[in-house]
Amino acid sequence: MATFLDFEKPIAELEGKIAELRHLSDGDDMNIAEEVAKLQGKAERMLRQTYGKLTAWQKTQVARHPERPHFIDYVAGLVTDYVPLAGDRNFADDKAILGGLARFRGQPVVIMGHEKGADTTSRMRHNFGMAKPEGYRKAIRLMELAERFQLPVITLVDTPGAFPGVEAEARGQAEAIARSIEACLKLQVPLISAIIGEGGSGGAIALAAANHIIMLEHSVYSVISPEGCASILWRSGEQARDAAEALKLTSEDLRSLGVIDEIVAEPLGGAHRGKPQIIDGLSEAIDRALQRFSGMSGLDIRDQRRDKFLEMGRQGLSS
Amino acid sequence: MSWLTNFVRPKIRALVRKAEVPDNLWDKCGACGQMIFHRELEANLRVCPHCGHHMRVGVKRRLELLFDGGTYERAELPAVPLDPLRFRDRKKYTERLKEAQAKTDEQDAIVVASGTIGGLKVVAAAFNFDFMGGSMGVAVGEGLVKAAEIAVRDRAAMIAIPASGGARMQEGILSLMQMPRSVIAVDRVKEAGLPFIVLLTDPTTGGVSASFAMLGDIHISEPGAVIGFAGARVIEETIREKLPEGFQRAEYLLDHGIVDLVVARKDLPAELARIIGLLTRQMPGAVVPAPLAGGNSGGK
Repeated sequence: MATFLDFEKPIAELEGKIAELRHLSDGDDMNIAEEVAKLQGKAERMLRQTYGKLTAWQKTQVARHPERPHFIDYVAGLVTDYVPLAGDRNFADDKAILGGLARFRGQPVVIMGHEKGADTTSRMRHNFGMAKPEGYRKAIRLMELAERFQLPVITLVDTPGAFPGVEAEARGQAEAIARSIEACLKLQVPLISAIIGEGGSGGAIALAAANHIIMLEHSVYSVISPEGCASILWRSGEQARDAAEALKLTSEDLRSLGVIDEIVAEPLGGAHRGKPQIIDGLSEAIDRALQRFSGMSGLDIRDQRRDKFLEMGRQGLSS
Repeated sequence: MSWLTNFVRPKIRALVRKAEVPDNLWDKCGACGQMIFHRELEANLRVCPHCGHHMRVGVKRRLELLFDGGTYERAELPAVPLDPLRFRDRKKYTERLKEAQAKTDEQDAIVVASGTIGGLKVVAAAFNFDFMGGSMGVAVGEGLVKAAEIAVRDRAAMIAIPASGGARMQEGILSLMQMPRSVIAVDRVKEAGLPFIVLLTDPTTGGVSASFAMLGDIHISEPGAVIGFAGARVIEETIREKLPEGFQRAEYLLDHGIVDLVVARKDLPAELARIIGLLTRQMPGAVVPAPLAGGNSGGK
């Protein structure tokens, strides 16, 4: 049973009807088949209309859709020979950030990212993609491994943010994030990041200070969640909608602010309605980005990344 | 210069200032509740004489208290685009900015200053908590970049002095991007072989703590300062239990190995001079204390 978002209600009703009709017919009833085809055409038009003009708040909901492909889905489709690696060699293996060695189109790489989980049990195991210090320290360890063996790094970002908790603070959450950002910026191998769902604040930038930053069309990337922003600036979480607009957190906004480099189009109705297409699209984008940096010296790769981030904010919205 | 800046602004400022004087003869200590006469409090560097509680101190006074003789040279900071997102919540961001500028007589939440401590060259990047909670947006990032450039150019130690709730939400993603930006800045200082010291003051949280502020060669904090990533309220709401006593205070971070030293305000210049001297193989001279508040304040 698919999960529909509140603004998809008319589409959900239509698809319900289609399923019902299909159930009624035994396959060779021409009238019903015709009706189904008609309704399907209508559902697709509605989907196209709705997704053609999603608001920032609606995009936030799509980005958090429970069936949206997660890190594990991308690893299954993007790379081969995946060897998951565990732990920060210090405290624990934080399952909110997964990663390891793999081949991307034949080329060895380090791939890592946040994993939110897909059902209640796995969501608990992955802590909803909210990492603790050991998660960022694992990311640092993997980046250092990549550097040592001259492997490009691919990070997939999908987190509500770093985990706010007593133990996380006691073990130096702020320091771990800061070091992870620093590790990204020091790398002398290409670092390609893709925001595949939610790019939540410090927990996201810890993996995303990259040479080339890709965003899936309906992903969001922000300094604070719309709910958090609303509760601070509007003094009420109710205004999350307005906060989402004001924060300029959509892929189009971020591209015009010069914060991201590229948008990968999502299949009609969002990434969860066409996993193979979105994996293909992302794969193409990563491949192009890696080719751009192949043959560049380590120092040039690092300096390109530094210069790019030093420029951020020096210009306002270009539109 | 226009009629607005020459005539209207000073008038408004005069109005605001007048109101401040008569009410502030006595301050109440936020920790022990004792009333302290304002002159006594200033003479004691805004530390409660009864319980030792370190109250917040304004950015200019902060810099006076650090540099030899209370004198320093302010760096001109490059202009940045104002309100890049055209942000508006219940109020326009441009209005909030104007209010903060009128209240503090500063352009944004950071001051970059050079001078000496114990005769040793230092560039300080100090946050102004009175300016929108010391929040870090593009202008603050620019200040950190500038401070790092000056440190490298003058072969000076860099001291960052955060006093900030975190990122400036009204600048959205661009405020988040100041985290990597500030990291690049301080890494340049470190790569030049110069000391980068962080003096963590109350409060240092959010995106500020999770970037340059946790990358110091040495982390020094004032007693009792709140330092952490997530806000205490957010944590309480997440875990639904009361936080331990002293959680996220300087002493707690010292216990957890995140801060090296907790140093009383009056001892900071000597301690900084000693550390910078050791790291740069120099012998510091005596630190020269700043004159009492209200005296000459370095500046341009």
